[in-house]
Amino acid sequence: MDFLQPALDGFGVVLQPTNLLYCLLGVVIGMLIGVLPGLGPAATIAILLPLTYGIEPVTAIIMLAGIFYGAQYGGTITSVLLRLPGEASSVVTVFDGYMMAKQGRAGTALGIAAIGSFVGGTVAIVGLTFLAPVVAGFALDFGPPEYTALALLGILLVATISNGNKAKALIAACFGLLLATVGRDVFTGAERLTFGNLNLADGIDFVPVAMGLFGLGEILHNLEERHRAAKAPDRVSNVWPSRADLKQSSGAIGRGSVLGFFLGILPGGGATISSMAAYAMEKKRARQPERFGRGAVEGVAGPETANNAAATSSFIPLLTLGIPANATMALMFGALLIQGVTPGPQLVQQDPELFWGVVNSMYIGNILLLIMSIPLIGIFVRILRVRGAILAPITVLITMLGAYTINNSMFDVMLVVVFGAIGYLMKKYGFEPGPLVLAFVLGSLLESNLRRSLLVFEGDATGFFTRPISATLLLLFVLVAVLPLVQSAVRRRRSPGSSAEPAGDADRTPVKENA
Amino acid sequence: MKPSRTADHASVAEVLVDEDAAAEDLTPEQLAAEWEAEGPPPGGRAAALGSTLVVTVLAAAAALLSLGMGLGTPQQPGPGLWPFLVSVAAVVIGLAHLVTGRRGGEGEKFTRESLLAVHGLVTLVGLVLLMPVIGFEIPALLLSFVWMKFLGGETWRAATLYSVLVVVAFYLIFISALGTSIPHLF
Repeated sequence: MDFLQPALDGFGVVLQPTNLLYCLLGVVIGMLIGVLPGLGPAATIAILLPLTYGIEPVTAIIMLAGIFYGAQYGGTITSVLLRLPGEASSVVTVFDGYMMAKQGRAGTALGIAAIGSFVGGTVAIVGLTFLAPVVAGFALDFGPPEYTALALLGILLVATISNGNKAKALIAACFGLLLATVGRDVFTGAERLTFGNLNLADGIDFVPVAMGLFGLGEILHNLEERHRAAKAPDRVSNVWPSRADLKQSSGAIGRGSVLGFFLGILPGGGATISSMAAYAMEKKRARQPERFGRGAVEGVAGPETANNAAATSSFIPLLTLGIPANATMALMFGALLIQGVTPGPQLVQQDPELFWGVVNSMYIGNILLLIMSIPLIGIFVRILRVRGAILAPITVLITMLGAYTINNSMFDVMLVVVFGAIGYLMKKYGFEPGPLVLAFVLGSLLESNLRRSLLVFEGDATGFFTRPISATLLLLFVLVAVLPLVQSAVRRRRSPGSSAEPAGDADRTPVKENA
Repeated sequence: MKPSRTADHASVAEVLVDEDAAAEDLTPEQLAAEWEAEGPPPGGRAAALGSTLVVTVLAAAAALLSLGMGLGTPQQPGPGLWPFLVSVAAVVIGLAHLVTGRRGGEGEKFTRESLLAVHGLVTLVGLVLLMPVIGFEIPALLLSFVWMKFLGGETWRAATLYSVLVVVAFYLIFISALGTSIPHLF
């Protein structure tokens, strides 16, 4: 239990007034941008990355945690008020949340969502506090071969679990890895794929890639989707959920916390899967399942709790193994790298103040979210009533000017535009930007560990299978890669003539952002 | 929903109001079906396979470039080895998708509204080109105005008023308050 001391010390860091202020700022700005229709957490964090520049690492990370929670909740607000899920993990919130809003209970829905998110998030942080040091301790023995296998498996899982076509997601991941090789090779000093451009000699920065693919690409795509935006309700009353509402949803919140925590640790779309699982579970358990879809408060409480718990517990693989479990975590990973923090097993021991600062900032982010969300609902409704045509140029200018301020470089702004165009085209042609960004973030780690492993094994690639952990991970990799092929072959044989594989609900889910 | 796609953007708002009233009592299943109908139509097989073909060719080109960098040996990996492995993997997956990809990954069809995104992109390129020369104020003003009036269907008056306000607000935040070095005219 001696690890608890640094955990408690971490609170000292987080509770410094400056840090609290930045956390508050993060939550509010995260909610403000996250509430804009079509911008989910990944886009919001990408657009706001420049804000965290030039701030001290711990403070910047605390602010990021605030932005993260605020952006998550922003998606809930649009789900309830506009019937427009900001991200995949709040799709199911629409079913009952929007119905509640129609019945004049939008405030209750948003309040329950905020309380559920707070409980789910807090449970997950407590779980993280105890579990993370254990996992990190286990991972301390990992050498380059284990990291190679782990990074490969992580990228593969995220690509195969994503919505849409898996082959295309994998191709996108390969291009992410290729993009990461641009610039000077650290081992030999040779220039790679720079085409003689001096600006590319140091490689492509993570921020323009993320801001372009997630932020600008999304904004451009929204331009043609605007006719789908609905009108916000005129006013939101009854903001505090009644005692009866709380009682009715307490079970859903409890179950959602546990379910979300465990599903969130798994790589690939943890928050989305857990919100859907929580909704299904609540509907199944309910005495009158027919109330669901007609404004059942549990239908909001369960999924909203679960997705926040999952979003929080997906920090575990990031902070302990250094492997982001989904696209949003890839953004957090990139943001941490920029601050000079390399998430991984060493972090707990080498920089406990920072590690526990990150973890504890989540408590604060969560509490501030709960405090701010309810009084600010009126402001959000007002923002949502501003026409999209006026909000769009504002977000685009924030992105462009923000990109400039990072390095005071027009080249960065140009990169954002280029990657914005690529992100837009990827969406139109069915390629997921998530796996690309994730692979891009992990690219240099993967390459250098692979090359180091080859040096250790003296060029013998079978060496990966002589070490138990890397062998297991690689076997898993092969299983994940091959199993779907076998499955579809079996299915095809069983039902000759119909090559149609079920399209899957996820493919059809009308979501604007991949968490 | 179909009419709204072909309708002029200015009338989109009116369509929305009707739809809002009609959408009151939908079950989740109906809602999901409506979303699907509302979304842009899938791009079709040709677009899906064509785009895969393009990226496969790109990956093949990357493989050739990596060969040129030198693969080295497994004992002494050269700078080109890793990019070569990755681009070959992309080529293999791309070819597999071209051969077996029957369904899925079709993306979205380009519609008339897609022109809005293209025009938006053009204004962004303009901003990037003009900003170093004449500062951000005039390009940002033009961009906001174009986005509001022509891409968003606002009135002349609203577009003029709000784009001026937006630029003033950005000037106050980025130049006066934060003191960033964004190129500016005034």
